[in-house]
Amino acid sequence: MDSQKLETILDKHDRQPAALLAILQDIQEEENYLPKEDVQQVAKALSISLARVYSLATFFSSFSLEPRGKHICTVCMGTACHVRGAPKLVDHIRREFDVPETGTTKDLNLTLETVNCVGACALGPLLILDQEYHSNMTPAKLDRVLKPIKQD
Amino acid sequence: MTTPIKTAVELSACREKLQAERDPQRKVISICAGTGCRASGAIKLGDALRGALTEKGLDQQVQIRPTGCQGFCECGPLVVMHPDQTLYQKVKAEDATEIVEQGLGEGQVIDRLLYQDAEGKSYRKESEVPFYRHQKHLLLANNSKIDPTLIDDYLAVGGYGALAQVLAEMQPEQVCATIKAAGLRGRGGGGFPAGVKWETCRAAPSADGVRYIICNADEGDPGAFMDSALMEGNPHSVIEGMIIGAFAIAHPGQPIGYVYIRNEYPLAVERLRIAIDQARERGLLGKNILGSGMDFDIQINKGGGAFVCGESTALMASIEGFVGEPRAKHIHTVEAGLYDKPTNLNNVETWANVPLIINRGVEWYTDIGTGDVSDNPWGGSKGTKIFALVGKVNNTGLVEVPMGTSLRQIIYDIGGGINGGKKFKAVQTGGPSGGCLPESLLDLKVDFDQLTEAGSMMGSGGMIVMDESTCMVDVARYFIKFLAEESCGKCVTCREGLRQLSAIIDRICAGKGQEGDIELLEELSTVVMDGSLCALGQTAPNPLLSTLRYFREEYEEHIRDKKCRAAVCQGLITYSIVAENCNGCMICAKKCPEKAITGIKKEVHVLEQAKCIRCGICLDVCKFDAVLVE
Amino acid sequence: MAVQDEQKVSFQIEGRSYQGIREESLLGALRRYGYEVPSLCYHEAVSPYGACRLCLVEVQKGKRRKLTTSCNYPVLEGIEVFLDTEKVVSTRKMVLQLLLAQAPEARSVRELAEEYGVTDTPFKKDEGNACISCGLCARVCKEIVGADAIGFAGRGLGKRMVSPYDETNQACIGCAACVVVCPTDCIGLKEENGIRSIERWHRDLPMKNCKVCERPFAPTFQLNHFADQIGVEKSHFDTCPNCR
Repeated sequence: MDSQKLETILDKHDRQPAALLAILQDIQEEENYLPKEDVQQVAKALSISLARVYSLATFFSSFSLEPRGKHICTVCMGTACHVRGAPKLVDHIRREFDVPETGTTKDLNLTLETVNCVGACALGPLLILDQEYHSNMTPAKLDRVLKPIKQD
Repeated sequence: MTTPIKTAVELSACREKLQAERDPQRKVISICAGTGCRASGAIKLGDALRGALTEKGLDQQVQIRPTGCQGFCECGPLVVMHPDQTLYQKVKAEDATEIVEQGLGEGQVIDRLLYQDAEGKSYRKESEVPFYRHQKHLLLANNSKIDPTLIDDYLAVGGYGALAQVLAEMQPEQVCATIKAAGLRGRGGGGFPAGVKWETCRAAPSADGVRYIICNADEGDPGAFMDSALMEGNPHSVIEGMIIGAFAIAHPGQPIGYVYIRNEYPLAVERLRIAIDQARERGLLGKNILGSGMDFDIQINKGGGAFVCGESTALMASIEGFVGEPRAKHIHTVEAGLYDKPTNLNNVETWANVPLIINRGVEWYTDIGTGDVSDNPWGGSKGTKIFALVGKVNNTGLVEVPMGTSLRQIIYDIGGGINGGKKFKAVQTGGPSGGCLPESLLDLKVDFDQLTEAGSMMGSGGMIVMDESTCMVDVARYFIKFLAEESCGKCVTCREGLRQLSAIIDRICAGKGQEGDIELLEELSTVVMDGSLCALGQTAPNPLLSTLRYFREEYEEHIRDKKCRAAVCQGLITYSIVAENCNGCMICAKKCPEKAITGIKKEVHVLEQAKCIRCGICLDVCKFDAVLVE
Repeated sequence: MAVQDEQKVSFQIEGRSYQGIREESLLGALRRYGYEVPSLCYHEAVSPYGACRLCLVEVQKGKRRKLTTSCNYPVLEGIEVFLDTEKVVSTRKMVLQLLLAQAPEARSVRELAEEYGVTDTPFKKDEGNACISCGLCARVCKEIVGADAIGFAGRGLGKRMVSPYDETNQACIGCAACVVVCPTDCIGLKEENGIRSIERWHRDLPMKNCKVCERPFAPTFQLNHFADQIGVEKSHFDTCPNCR
């Protein structure tokens, strides 16, 4: 990350160690993941140990330490979505896009993530593709939704 | 720049002015723009309606009001035409012109957009639709009346009136006593009497007078979204509750407010941020609120995606900038919580109840609900509760009912029964710490104590309906795996215990269950509950134990007969082609990822079992009921 | 250290009365009075963490009696402590079975389990592992050494003790306090050819040879760190403790 940008983020939070979570969130918002150099820089700027920053960054599932794909596909795995077939969606996307365990395809085209509930339970299974919500998904509908990405 | 409101008198004047300016007969089209309706296309619809109004030159006369969640997500996007309250459902952008051309005149109704029940009967008004008719909207009542991004809308419906009353007429101790007398119990799941908590926190020593007032908006229970709906739809009600709490708990000391909110709710975060900014602009947050001498402000902290942060000590650790690991609560957080200061934490729905109690009084409030709280705040469950009614039910959405409403009323009268004509099997309440209740308990009156007694719990109010196509072993497997991943991982009993519970259930679902597995699950569950530090571990086995209690035969079938009656567990099912129904359309063969289905056009297809990975896509795509799973 | 009277509280252990210091660790007090309570993750020099769940006791406080770990339970006025109740022992046995499955290579776990008659586990084993994720190494590194070079990564099933990014961390001074304090000997230390290696943290540091006996005795990096810390010349650490 551009060091000026990082400074702005740090200043916004008064360089308070208590704001560590918020600072990392802001970095990820900009960079789409948490670059290692930035994590190291944050530790230095807040005068806290790298171990503490790393523990926090890996504890919370919303952070990614690896670059994420051009497209982000999030499948809701909440209970309502689960009983309506969300696991099948995940299986299907994994197969269709050959997504490895890390969640991001080798060509950095797509990152597959799961989330524990996005609060649209009435419309499950729910899929969020690049921030657009798609409700009542089935594997067959999936193919249509993901088609433009596959050709990307 | 708006001028701050400095006193209660100024607030009343401001409200009167707002009300006088508003024409109750003005045409308003309110569009539900909650997360659910947005997913169904509410934003496009709003744009289309605005376009259609402009085209007709009506954009000055008719107001478009995007609102928060109105509850009936199943039928979204929802549109309500004010003042005559006609409800249109499943409205698409393409319907916009018709609504503007034929829906705005006196008595005009577009029949095809009205809600129709299973028998084909249409309902015009929102209040007549069965889904709404059996509910009691108190907390959600204003959701369709206000644009949550406009504080004036909240003020116009009486908002911040309770705060003004409290600051002008009551002593802090009196406010605590009122909340206690109302029998308000924590809506986050624990059901602890809020008034008792407030009093204890107020009484706890704090050298510098600092007391933290926290709103737990880390609604982590999958299958529950009432807190997000409140924050999206009526954020000021939560803020007003918190300011009243700050006065009751900390005045004349130094109350400091936090909202810890899930980052997975971007819309709720945005709406809350706007609301806090507007409250601050109006002087309802900040220095010397309404001339009371109390300073109070609220900071938003976004969660990082960890279920365990719904636990109070983990949440506080997270606010302090540490990982969300719970700590032992032998010294309670009301005495030493955030930064070791007295800390009062309540959840979103609890805070939203506070203005209601002040406005309408203890007597009115205690008339709603179960039990008697007149001399014991644990003696009953008062007020309403919002449930997220989801799963295999016809009318999914948010449901607000008085405490003590039966499961049957909620699922059948409001929810319209099970969809697809299938048979009810269970309802899961209480989120991952809750349990699954069977048909025999459908008449159970839902309140804190009844649910706990039945082996489940209130939790934050998720209610997931399951039918015969849901496998109860799979449900237990889902929750245990969820909790194993969400455990902070500190206690051996929780981390390793859940790992092993998960492994045993996995093996049962894969058809490799052994005699003795059920007993081992039970024995280990006890150790996980008794041996873990926080509520996550102490309640984690609930979904497993409740399914063992009410659906034990399904476990036995999985282990002994290697059979999954709901045809869910992949290791125990087979897919096959029903020759009589197959017309050789080739769609399944084309879609099968493993090329396990072969056949030529217009001839019965063949499924090769050895290649089948039981992904179920053939079943999903077949339009002729020609795929059988058993 | 003199204890002020107002900090003293009376409480009971197995029916006998004791005077303790308010809010000290119950496990610490129990051990001081000579009671044997097993534990792997507790060390009196650092803050209690409550991870291994072996130091379970039952505590009666007011009307409530509950099972709790004693390391992070504060000594409070009037509590009654019960040690090896049936519930404590049965729970502890299963905790040992869980630990045997998690860390089959940990000798201390096997030995402790045997004391309780637990020789095998019904649970799936993580073969080859000896770490019980108790975090004692990290607490010592942070609270005693002041380096804070290691910590947990992840949570739940994926929680593991690492150096950040599982790489060499310059904050590690190679003092090996973590190695010494580890209850299951799972960190590992090698000193060969004048290099101290802590493989688990990917740390290799050249050692200083003693000016007198000429034997390598500690990593130069660590000695320089200490010298800076206490403000003495680096040459202060030219000789090993034995020859000093």
